[in-house]
Amino acid sequence: MSRIETADVVVIGAGIIGAACAEALSASGMRVLVVDRGAPAGGTTAGGEGNVLLSDKAPGPELDLAVASRRLWPELIESLRAELGDEIARVEWEPKGGLVVATENDARGPLAILAEAQRRAGVQATAVDAATAREMEPHLTEHVAAAVHYPEDAQLQPVLAATAMLAAVRSRGGDVRGWSEAHGLVVVNGKVAGVRVGEGTIACGAVVNACGPWAGHFGAAAGAPVEVLPRRGMVLVTAPLPHVVSRKVYAADYVAAVASSDVDLQVSAVVESTATGTVLIGSSRQRVGFDEALQVEVLRRLARSAVKLFPVLAGVPVMRAYGGFRPYTPDHLPVIGEDPRFRGLWHASGHEGAGIGLAPATGRLLADLMYGRAPVVDPTRFRVDRPAVIAEVRT
Amino acid sequence: MRVLFDGEEFEAEEGQTVAGVLLAKGVRSWRTTRGAGRPRGLFCGIGVCFDCLVNVNGVPDVRACQRVVADGDDIRTQTGAELPS
Repeated sequence: MSRIETADVVVIGAGIIGAACAEALSASGMRVLVVDRGAPAGGTTAGGEGNVLLSDKAPGPELDLAVASRRLWPELIESLRAELGDEIARVEWEPKGGLVVATENDARGPLAILAEAQRRAGVQATAVDAATAREMEPHLTEHVAAAVHYPEDAQLQPVLAATAMLAAVRSRGGDVRGWSEAHGLVVVNGKVAGVRVGEGTIACGAVVNACGPWAGHFGAAAGAPVEVLPRRGMVLVTAPLPHVVSRKVYAADYVAAVASSDVDLQVSAVVESTATGTVLIGSSRQRVGFDEALQVEVLRRLARSAVKLFPVLAGVPVMRAYGGFRPYTPDHLPVIGEDPRFRGLWHASGHEGAGIGLAPATGRLLADLMYGRAPVVDPTRFRVDRPAVIAEVRT
Repeated sequence: MRVLFDGEEFEAEEGQTVAGVLLAKGVRSWRTTRGAGRPRGLFCGIGVCFDCLVNVNGVPDVRACQRVVADGDDIRTQTGAELPS
């Protein structure tokens, strides 16, 4: 039997992006229903490291979104604390800063050029010499050719952050429903009138496709495909350790790996500790569809690259490994805006490995666009109808 | 064979685990927790819970229930989280 339900907006996907969109929309007064085909915050949001980074982004629209988001995160956490209390708003926010390390001489030039361009875009980026870098991170390799300190880089626990935002949606009269799969839209006169979820239909004025790497699937089911593809990543987790690394420390070639479009495996060391003492070792990039098979070669290369930055890790036991799929777009920019094919269908996905950091500004931008307010950042480059992203309807 | 536990010599049988040797000698705790320094020893006994961690020959975080002893092993109580020495 089908239930008759209504909401102002239905957000498909209860990951960090869907949660941030739902939070921003409910803060503007809408009644929001969030549905997810699995457990809330159980997909890509649970498969990463909780990066809130400016350091890995070259000047451009993504950096603008990241700067706005970095400003919004602490404000949002503070407002969630005021609204929901300490317990729910505890998201392990750590403004720990980042240290980008070039271990080879030929990486010095590109790192210096990037840092200079970022400084001109308003990012704090300070070149530090090898001795200073090793004072900041005493376990760091002796082979430091150059390093740049980014004090604004931060980290949080993404599952806690997503669930805190979803709790706010609920407390404002909205709802969150897991294990409910969206199958398509109900369209009347070219405009969204509802969404088919599970066995029933939910009447609503707008639908947000926030399905992360599965945004292409829902888009296709809705008759509005978008070019969002999965890009696999793996993370190694060490046993809890005494203090080894203070900041987010990564190799200078990480920026190039993030920006590349290679299908083949790419590995670049990203090392950081968590609140519980474990050290997370990323990062890998591979386009293998939704193949979840664990590849020992990936883990081996992750471990090797991390030991190159922190030799002390060579003798440390690895407790487990996990992985996930980043939502990848061919031009490496998120998709945020209304679909040109159906009024009332909105997209918020394609953030690749940066969704945690970009979430609050994405939610704010989506709400600004929906309400016709002055947007928090220029939305032009995130448009759904750009050639790299808009996919043709396959009949 | 013989192994050392915190400097004291213990007799051990071929094929025994570190946990087996220690329990046979009445030792029930060989690690302290990272936060409050509470005692820990064998819990699940099958390699799943990572509660029975101990330092063997300078390597921390060894599961006492899985590690089979070798003659001359230097087993030490692990204090919180340790780095390899």
